[in-house]
Amino acid sequence: MPDKNKFKIPIGPQHPALKEPEGFSLALKGEKIMGVDIRLGYNHRGIEKACEERTYIQDLYLIERVCGICSHSHSTCFVQAVEEIAGLDIPKRARYIRTLIGELERVHSHLLWLGVAGHEIGFDTLLMYTWRDREVVMDILAALTGNRVNYGINTIGGVRRDITPDQCKDVLAAMDILEERTKYYIEVGTQETTIVKRLSGVGVLSKEAALKLDAVGPTARASGVDYDVRRDDPYAAYGELSFDVITDDHCDVYGRTVVRLKELMESYKIIRQAVKNMPDGPVTVRAPRKIPAGEALGRYEAPRGEDVHFVKSNGTEKPERVKVRAPTLANVQAVKHMLKDRFLADMPIVVAAIDPCFSCTDRAISLRHTDKNKKEIIDWPTLRTYGISWYKSQGIDFAGLNKQLLERIKQ
Amino acid sequence: MIGEQLFLILIFPGFLFVSIFGLATQFMDRKIYARLQNRVGPPWFQPLADLIKLLAKEDIVPCDANRAMFTATPLFALTAVVSAFLYLPLWTPHSLYSFSGDIIVVLYLLTIPTLAFFIGGWYSTSLFARLGSVRCLTQMFAYEVPLFMGILSAAVLANTWSLADMVHFYGAHPWYWMFNIPGFAVALVALLGKLEKVPFDIPEAETEIVAGVFTEYSGRLLAILKLTLDIEMVVGAALLACVFFPFGMELGSSPLAFVVFVLKVLAIIAMLSLCRTIVARLRIDQMINFCWKYLVPLAILQLLLNLILKGVLTP
Amino acid sequence: MRIGKMTREVLRNFFKKPATVLYPVEKLDMPKNFRGKLIFHSAKCVGCKLCMKDCPTGAIEIRPVGPAADRKFECEINLSRCIYCAQCVDSCLKKALEATTDVELAQLDIKSLKIIYGPDLGNNPKK
Repeated sequence: MPDKNKFKIPIGPQHPALKEPEGFSLALKGEKIMGVDIRLGYNHRGIEKACEERTYIQDLYLIERVCGICSHSHSTCFVQAVEEIAGLDIPKRARYIRTLIGELERVHSHLLWLGVAGHEIGFDTLLMYTWRDREVVMDILAALTGNRVNYGINTIGGVRRDITPDQCKDVLAAMDILEERTKYYIEVGTQETTIVKRLSGVGVLSKEAALKLDAVGPTARASGVDYDVRRDDPYAAYGELSFDVITDDHCDVYGRTVVRLKELMESYKIIRQAVKNMPDGPVTVRAPRKIPAGEALGRYEAPRGEDVHFVKSNGTEKPERVKVRAPTLANVQAVKHMLKDRFLADMPIVVAAIDPCFSCTDRAISLRHTDKNKKEIIDWPTLRTYGISWYKSQGIDFAGLNKQLLERIKQ
Repeated sequence: MIGEQLFLILIFPGFLFVSIFGLATQFMDRKIYARLQNRVGPPWFQPLADLIKLLAKEDIVPCDANRAMFTATPLFALTAVVSAFLYLPLWTPHSLYSFSGDIIVVLYLLTIPTLAFFIGGWYSTSLFARLGSVRCLTQMFAYEVPLFMGILSAAVLANTWSLADMVHFYGAHPWYWMFNIPGFAVALVALLGKLEKVPFDIPEAETEIVAGVFTEYSGRLLAILKLTLDIEMVVGAALLACVFFPFGMELGSSPLAFVVFVLKVLAIIAMLSLCRTIVARLRIDQMINFCWKYLVPLAILQLLLNLILKGVLTP
Repeated sequence: MRIGKMTREVLRNFFKKPATVLYPVEKLDMPKNFRGKLIFHSAKCVGCKLCMKDCPTGAIEIRPVGPAADRKFECEINLSRCIYCAQCVDSCLKKALEATTDVELAQLDIKSLKIIYGPDLGNNPKK
């Protein structure tokens, strides 16, 4: 007999709480959450397939646009994998510049997260202030790289632009401003009663659960998991810079807030070191257009966690296979666990606390056969011919439509 | 006679005046909120433009909804708040229709919009609207008692249930309103709950249940609901102004009294906007905890204080 | 633990000038190296088409103009396809392409988003 008090409420794919489309179907009893069904894939754009049809240089810009907020992370991760296959040894100055831009991106991403978290708990004032202060970082990034997002500073073999001493001075001045503002946000975040009440005890993820569900990034570090790719598998210039990895024991959303705020302070430290110790020299080495055959795995600590790119090349100008595993995919499994026995009002902040970036996440989709019970894995050409023949059986022929589309593009 | 009554009810200080005043206070609230957040804020005609835009759009009634209740509840809510305004003393000690016991009538008339929102949300049959309407009613159990006790404790000191007599009493004893300051604090916070503003905007939490009670409303019905919310803010602020700051009303019907009234109401609106800016939204269980643990004891304290003072000061 | 910890900051900001830039009445200057609209110096182009090869979207097209022996080229840029990455600027060995800081490129007609830089027009494109 169905329980009259239970009903299913769809949060998404379109919902004011979510910045990007994803489907959460919550089974509610009153205000308590009984179960969560997660359905991803609304942001799938076929980037991995598109990478196979473009050269490595063109792929740089495509991979950068996997996500707007962590675009440098994806770009650097990809380029590191390609450079490893090609056996290139990039100059030190290029490593430091990549680190500098990477940390500036972490600053902008964490300030953005703070504003979004404030908005989800109804505290719009925090949103307005953090996003106003984020403009300082965006202006610095625009001056250094030429754009406010999608920086395009990487190229295979190094970086595309150099940094002048004047720009270095601007960066240091901006760091002073931002450090003062971040100290104020740490004060507000830890002492304002309504914020602490909303964030504490919500989205609890114990250390064992975090390890079992493979959470990464600040989500895991707030549960006491002491892992950071920058320290444990150094890349770019991180091996030569000194910084602390922030962990926290609260295991809830409040802990994640504290971890991100303290990581901001660490980022300022790293940026100052990178600017002061930047070695002179060239910023790029010559890279071949045809990358020799091989495969490599690139890892990077994006603001949201560990980002992994796998690149396989076959000696031509175009890669054979690119696979992107974004950190949000690892963290989204933990959302189900965190929402058990919580209230509906906690749902937006719990999802926001893993810092979701569903553009990063949606890479592969699985199609279900409606008439067969078995599963099978089919490859791309088979899928394509199957699709064409299925549509033809429904009376739709794509050949004519394709011709019309080509004519319209030509005009 | 009828013509004069109709003029007073519909034009000034009735429906038209309170609507325009409501739009003006919505503008002030949004402008102050924006300036506190270091933004520019909307221009002065923004609430009027929003109202006109909504009136020009189509009403969509969900097919599962009960059409009669869905379309009737906004009108009930609007009528209730405008009627409440007619019983408030504004810049003269007597309102349009004062009688003994009208303070209770005003408070009851202010409860009707909440019930109307509940009914409208429930008959919308949309999941989000039902969740919002249930939260609306749950929230009422939390703020209603402190609000009533805060306002009625001021009436207890004046030993009357009529707003006009209260104004006369406080006019006769100029500094007695200072005793009611804790009651004013309680009533201000409880008013935030009635008006569904942060930290108590749980029934209308945008990031959790889309728009709560108002999810399925659109077009002219939504325009009426938004106007109801604005007028509710004016009525709440005017009630607080007349009960807790009853000075400037003995000057008779002069422009100076009108200006004092407007300034009092705007000051209360500014305080509400400030409260809205500096806190986050609470969860429903936290809100009920807060109201019953902190607001109600403070209100009881104020009531006891006023009872003791009544015995001491007017033997 | 205080309620309303941000009160002082908020009240202070009430009396400061808002942080909003009233666009389009006030305009913001883009920094010097900002990657905006591209311009093409036809005199320097030798027609190697490396820019076309490296463009991620196929937004740039180099065409010869006049007799082949003259070696004059014109360039057509599709502003709606361009992602303003300036890879073509880096790929060009003769420095014939340059990125400006012009970012107000919106048009009402999609046809006017294709601009052609020719050898006799200098830097002024014809649409």
